[in-house]
Amino acid sequence: MADSITIFLDKCTGCTLCVKACPFGAIHMANKKAVIDMAACTLCGACVETCKFRAIELKKDTGGKKDLSKYKDVWVFCEQKKGVIQSISFELLGEGRKLADKLGVKLCAVILGSGIESKIDELAERGADKIYISDHPALEFYQDDPYTEVFVRLVQEYAPEVILCGATTIGRSLISRVAVKVNAGLTADCTGLDIDKKERILLQTRPAFGGNIMATIVTPNHRPQMATVRHKVMKEAAIDKSHKAEVIRKSYPEEALKSRTRLIDIVAEIEENVNLAEADIIVSGGRGLGGPEHFAIIRELAKALNAAVGASRAAVDSDWIPYSHQVGQTGKTVCPKLYIACGISGQIQHLIGMQSSKVIVAINKDPDAPIFKVATYGIVGDIFDIVPALTKEFQRVLNKV
Amino acid sequence: MNIIVCIKQVPNTTDVRIDPVTNTLVREGVESVINPFDAYAIEEAVRLKERFGGKVTVLTMGPPQAENALKEAISLGCDEAILVSDRKFAGSDTWATSYTLSSAIKKIGTFDVILCGKQASDGDTAQVGPGISAHLDIPQVTYVKKIEDISANAAKVERMTEEGYDIVETPLPCLFTVVKEINTPRLPSLKGMIRAKSAKVLKWTADDIEANPELLGLDGSPTRVVKIFTPAPRKGGEILKGDTADVAKELVELLKDAVR
Amino acid sequence: MDYLLTEQQIMTRDLAKKIADEKIKPVAAHYDETEEFAWPIMKILADSDLFGVYIPEQYGGLGGGILDMCLVTEELSRACGGIALGFAGTGLGAIPILLYGSDEQKKKFLPDVAKGKRLAAFCITEAEAGSDAGSIKTTARKEGDHYILNGTKQWITNAGEAEIYTVIAMTDKTKGTRGASAFIVEKGAKGMDFGKKEKKLGIRASATREVIFTDCRVPAANLISKEGMGFIVALKTFDNSRPGVAAQAIGIAQGALDHAVEYARTRVQFGQPISGFQAIQHMLADMGTQVEAARALVYATARMVDSGAKSVAKESAMAKLFASDVAMKVTTDAVQIFGGYGYMRDYPVEKYMRDAKITQIYEGTSQVQRNVIAANMIKESLKK
Repeated sequence: MADSITIFLDKCTGCTLCVKACPFGAIHMANKKAVIDMAACTLCGACVETCKFRAIELKKDTGGKKDLSKYKDVWVFCEQKKGVIQSISFELLGEGRKLADKLGVKLCAVILGSGIESKIDELAERGADKIYISDHPALEFYQDDPYTEVFVRLVQEYAPEVILCGATTIGRSLISRVAVKVNAGLTADCTGLDIDKKERILLQTRPAFGGNIMATIVTPNHRPQMATVRHKVMKEAAIDKSHKAEVIRKSYPEEALKSRTRLIDIVAEIEENVNLAEADIIVSGGRGLGGPEHFAIIRELAKALNAAVGASRAAVDSDWIPYSHQVGQTGKTVCPKLYIACGISGQIQHLIGMQSSKVIVAINKDPDAPIFKVATYGIVGDIFDIVPALTKEFQRVLNKV
Repeated sequence: MNIIVCIKQVPNTTDVRIDPVTNTLVREGVESVINPFDAYAIEEAVRLKERFGGKVTVLTMGPPQAENALKEAISLGCDEAILVSDRKFAGSDTWATSYTLSSAIKKIGTFDVILCGKQASDGDTAQVGPGISAHLDIPQVTYVKKIEDISANAAKVERMTEEGYDIVETPLPCLFTVVKEINTPRLPSLKGMIRAKSAKVLKWTADDIEANPELLGLDGSPTRVVKIFTPAPRKGGEILKGDTADVAKELVELLKDAVR
Repeated sequence: MDYLLTEQQIMTRDLAKKIADEKIKPVAAHYDETEEFAWPIMKILADSDLFGVYIPEQYGGLGGGILDMCLVTEELSRACGGIALGFAGTGLGAIPILLYGSDEQKKKFLPDVAKGKRLAAFCITEAEAGSDAGSIKTTARKEGDHYILNGTKQWITNAGEAEIYTVIAMTDKTKGTRGASAFIVEKGAKGMDFGKKEKKLGIRASATREVIFTDCRVPAANLISKEGMGFIVALKTFDNSRPGVAAQAIGIAQGALDHAVEYARTRVQFGQPISGFQAIQHMLADMGTQVEAARALVYATARMVDSGAKSVAKESAMAKLFASDVAMKVTTDAVQIFGGYGYMRDYPVEKYMRDAKITQIYEGTSQVQRNVIAANMIKESLKK
């Protein structure tokens, strides 16, 4: 039996609370009674909670539960590029540690590559109890086919309970295919992960609708439970030099390593500024700048602080600055020590991408701009006066010492 | 060259607001649009057709209203449109969605290229494109920012990465997900709009695509949404006041340690 | 106001509006400043099929009429009256072929116009033949299966950029206005040259040049209608095209008015938005009413033309006269509402005022329109 949702027409008073509560716009009123449009309904249950008259019933399918007990351990896909483990992997190991401890299972790192034997210690130090490693020239660079095939075989053989993967270009391309092949649930871009200990279920929280609402998603009847997490959302695992891991080396026959696509070249494009996601200080500009030429005042302040330049979606959509500078839900998530937002009103989709910054400074002429709600320090005023004044003052103070 | 474009109709996210009192989405007046990332896929498909001839079929899964998105795609140069719509698809997550779309593509039959936007602006998962290629067991290249070269049975493309781009060669048929750097989508043409108005959109149900009913909709979706809530806002801090010079001084003093 | 447009006309108008807002508005100031011809916009218009709205379907168009042409001209002019002229000037150049061209001529030239592949231009004005179009001096002499054209046309819109020119020239000077004929001349014809680009007060994105004919050989097959029909062709062309100029005027006026309303709402003086002052409110009310009245007259006239009415000279003169006077008044008032800012080139309204002026001058000055209107009124009275 599948899940189902029913409205008891005798109990429905036509109060329309559920219509407003539905995040998917799936409820409308007909003859003063609520009607659910099943094509749009996702059975999320938001309406059930708001109905004061208990007129909505959501029946969850509980029967026919599969035996999921053979699935154990928390896995982290550790991404390497040119033999360098990407920092997202350490962040996932940090988060994976917590989940593994709550479940009382092992934290395992999975790494594919060529000549990566030396990476074992690095992963063990970050808390991996077990390391699955497949070392072969065909796996030197990420390619969809062999990586998917090897990962799928590993999952099928060792049956992990949870898999975490970075929401990077590689991670997103790989893990979506793996999820289909092993028939697993996959939740993208989680900003919060937790465990329901009783059910041994991974609670995956992610923003939806451009970050306007948050949704918690579970995978009740399928294993593994898979989630991707964006860079800089979780804290890196601390280094513990004494931590050791069991190593499982796997090699696979040629047919598993074949790739239909062929990587011809890897081209690096040096950006004018430091990588936004790695920057300790970011100065961002938004719609308030009024035009591309005014990004100069942002660049000057960034230069004074040796900071990276960020931008809001509004500025990027207006083609004032390339997409690579965009901070927010559809851009980059950043977590610098200091984030200075200039002329950015603070749409939720922007806040999602920067609100975990340690210190946030907001400069905006509108005292009611939402950005001030998250700012550590706010200045209400004209960015064209304040930003250059700040640049001058920082230059003075920083050059003196 | 036969090209299939998969699109999604989404709420125009720039319109989506939260009611500050009820903490719920304000949906009134929010128009439905073609997912902005899919516009690049449509444009690339039409350009491929203009270069090599052939046919562009645009495909979507969604409620009956999604027909509007398909008609818009026709006005932009797509030749045929298919709406896969059935109450049985309700509650589909990305697994079931990619299964449904791949079943429809199998029914379409022959194709050389499948194009998808890199992700949808409402869900932002980027999972459906790769999911389709996995279900069809065809090669994929994600985040394509340029199709350098394409022939009857192979293509050379640039895949955007965090550090720059990869140059990748792939046999056809292949699935590409595209990023906005790939092109500038055209505006619709009047003849396209007139054609779209009278164009017949094929409507397929779950039965039509001969899909396994157990893999559709909520039944076929491993994931469940269990809770929806409004994110707790971070607490605001101190507002600095005074004339520009004083405020600048005060702020720099406060941040002195952070910036060294 | 609801003008009960057809579904296709609404589609046409909305698409033109979209292009005006998304593509033309952001570059209008640039082209005004540089006086370059906006080829990238012409390409967008071509791809959108808008060049074909008034051309019959059998010649590759969309089968609409003058009203459709007016809707496009108006919407484009709302963003830039100069760039809009690339479209409207092509219409003026194509109308003689539409009205009097042979089937072969239509088949040869109209599909390219409809696709926006080639722009068109109309050449009648000369240095000594402005309002007095009867005194043109350019000649066309028949020689075998060719005509040899000699003379200089002045202030030709789209000159140099267009590839299809309809030219009025004298085939028989002794017959006066009955000795004029109309020809199609293609760019590149030997003996056809262009003068330097004129520097203008407004519509600066539009190309205006002399077209110079020096023993220019034109195939006899390019004669429109018959010898001696030149002035009839010209007069009927203007009867059909004047609603287009009027539509350009409405677009310019509406563009300025939109800016004025928006500015009045946001500009604060004496502690409140200036839209709170009755002085401003009444100005806005008058501007809005005038624009709407002009639009109603222009659309009604365009519909009359499209219905195949035999004589539309009076009505189309009235439409052009009224709409262009409204455009001048409304754009001047818009600058007034902006005050000092309105006088500055950093703000968009002074351009509308500069652009509006031409609509009172070309395709017959406001004075000539009054002559036409009065002459027709008197003629009608005589018939009663």
